[in-house]
Amino acid sequence: MNEELANRIQENPKYKELVSKRTKFALKLGIFVLAMFYTYILVIAFNKELLGIKLSEAGVTTWAFPVAAGIIIISFITTLIYVRRANGEFDDLTNSIKDDVRDAL
Amino acid sequence: MRLISILGLIAVVAFAGGDATFEAVQRDLNIPAIIMFFIFVGATLGITYWAAKKTKSASDFYTAGGGISGFQNGMAIAGDYMSAASFLGLSGLVYLQGYDGLVYAVGFLVGWPVILFLMAEKLRNLGKFTFADIAAYRLGQKEIRTLAAFGSLSVVILYLIAQMVGSGKLIQVLFGLPYEYAVILVGIMMIVYVTFGGMLATTWVQIIKAVLLLSGVTFMAFMIMSSYGFSFEALATEAVNTHSWGQDIMAPSDKGKITDPISAISLGLALMLGTAGLPHVLMRFFTVGNAKEARKSVVYATGFIGYFYLVIAIIGLGAIVYLTPENAPEFFVDGELFGGGNMAAIHLSKVVGGDIFLGFISAVAFATILAVVSGLTLAGASAISHDIYSNVICKGKADEAKEMKVSKISVIIIGIVGVILGIAFEHQNIAFMVGLAFAIAASANFPILFLSIYWSKLTTRGAVIGGSIGLATAVLLVILGPVVWVGVLGNAKPIFPYAYPALFSVSAAFIGIWFFSITDKSQRAADEIRAFGPQSVRSETGFGAEGAVDH
Repeated sequence: MNEELANRIQENPKYKELVSKRTKFALKLGIFVLAMFYTYILVIAFNKELLGIKLSEAGVTTWAFPVAAGIIIISFITTLIYVRRANGEFDDLTNSIKDDVRDAL
Repeated sequence: MRLISILGLIAVVAFAGGDATFEAVQRDLNIPAIIMFFIFVGATLGITYWAAKKTKSASDFYTAGGGISGFQNGMAIAGDYMSAASFLGLSGLVYLQGYDGLVYAVGFLVGWPVILFLMAEKLRNLGKFTFADIAAYRLGQKEIRTLAAFGSLSVVILYLIAQMVGSGKLIQVLFGLPYEYAVILVGIMMIVYVTFGGMLATTWVQIIKAVLLLSGVTFMAFMIMSSYGFSFEALATEAVNTHSWGQDIMAPSDKGKITDPISAISLGLALMLGTAGLPHVLMRFFTVGNAKEARKSVVYATGFIGYFYLVIAIIGLGAIVYLTPENAPEFFVDGELFGGGNMAAIHLSKVVGGDIFLGFISAVAFATILAVVSGLTLAGASAISHDIYSNVICKGKADEAKEMKVSKISVIIIGIVGVILGIAFEHQNIAFMVGLAFAIAASANFPILFLSIYWSKLTTRGAVIGGSIGLATAVLLVILGPVVWVGVLGNAKPIFPYAYPALFSVSAAFIGIWFFSITDKSQRAADEIRAFGPQSVRSETGFGAEGAVDH
């Protein structure tokens, strides 16, 4: 990739759209996962008892278990959400940029 | 084929040797385990033979020619992650401390979405064989590659020692084989896989093992749950009644390892960022054809790993219930579980599935170690041959055949070093090694890699000085911390009070890289900053990426 071609691609509005959309999307999802994880870690650090609350008075299972399982499952779902959009919309944009500069690639 | 028969012979001699001398400390020779182990070895050597015929170029050797699919790569990444440490270690931790084990599991898992959003496709678009390819894309080849290779090798060696010692002990207990033979056997097997089959064989060994391990743990969890009418509450009630901590096993505990806020935050950071700096995991992103497959592989990996951790929680609770001196006296020696908490999953396999299933799980545990050390060794060897030999010593002008030769020699050397260190550390406390490896990965490898992708003003000077600060801080704080200063060196009080230094060492690395980059006013720095444009276009679009498949 030479500087001239890089400049040309960077000027392409589709490239700007791709980078800004994808960066925002990735950041949103990333911050969501981090916030979820660090809320969990901070609860463990400062207020463990909260996770020790039982699901029902009579039982032994605490909220700690569905919370851990929930974080694992939600993390997986965020990867699905990201890849669905990246492999569709974002890859289509990338291919269309590629068509625009095909002569120089 | 001669090689295979020699290997078989060594294995047979080694097994036979185990039987007479070690009876005092070991179980009887486990026949089903040995049969299944030989089936696994036979199958994987067959794969290695097949892979060897297909492995011709350097790209074949390092990255399986970029021909691995997203699903296969996801399976292999999951396999790398489901090491003996997480299979035996996490189930053992749940067995001993209840819920605390799950905190680690969650921390290990959330690294994956973050890797996907920030790194996976960029790694694929910019990289070739090692993660140093990315960091050195626009920065000084010599300095960055030397530092990156140093970071990779430190992580690889520490991880390798931990795996080797673990494997020696595990095999000693499982197969009745002396420790040294076990370590040597692992060393020979991994050298064969990697030198002959390269990345293709390494990946397939990992995939097979992942499938076997996932099936094994699923069966165990199914058997446990079926005896409690598939009610988690019923299992948990029984576990609370059995465990000496009682209800405390149901939540994060003050009796456990995560005792103060700084440790909790720091551990979280090390687990998350460390994953994104492990060289043997990063190199897997170069084995797929394009960014699309790289992304898919993270989805599959996250799914398999997440499922695995959830199942491990059930297995840990099952172990609490089944493995008590009253219920299963045959697994206890003087009131202690035979082989320690790390053997909980293995003993449990016998309880739920009898000798045959014990044999299966034992063979899978061995396969796990073999597969993980093979990946580690390949990552270490590529740091030596691709980064140091080809790009630093030969300044990028080495011919491919020679580079491959160097990497194969490196594999053999790393294998031998791993065996020697594995034997040397037999009686040492090695628990700190994986922690240290994660700390180095998070504090040296990750900041350089991350900033080289995202921060245009990064310069060689900043990366080298800041990365070295991160590396030194991580190593120093681990040594001065409770794990080494008190646990290994036997001092009364640690100089640095926290077991997990990541919060401090990662911050030090980022601040160091930032400061020494922005104060770098040289012409070279200006050139490097200008080169960010083309790099960024390639990282965003994949245009010009190595081995890219044209649409």
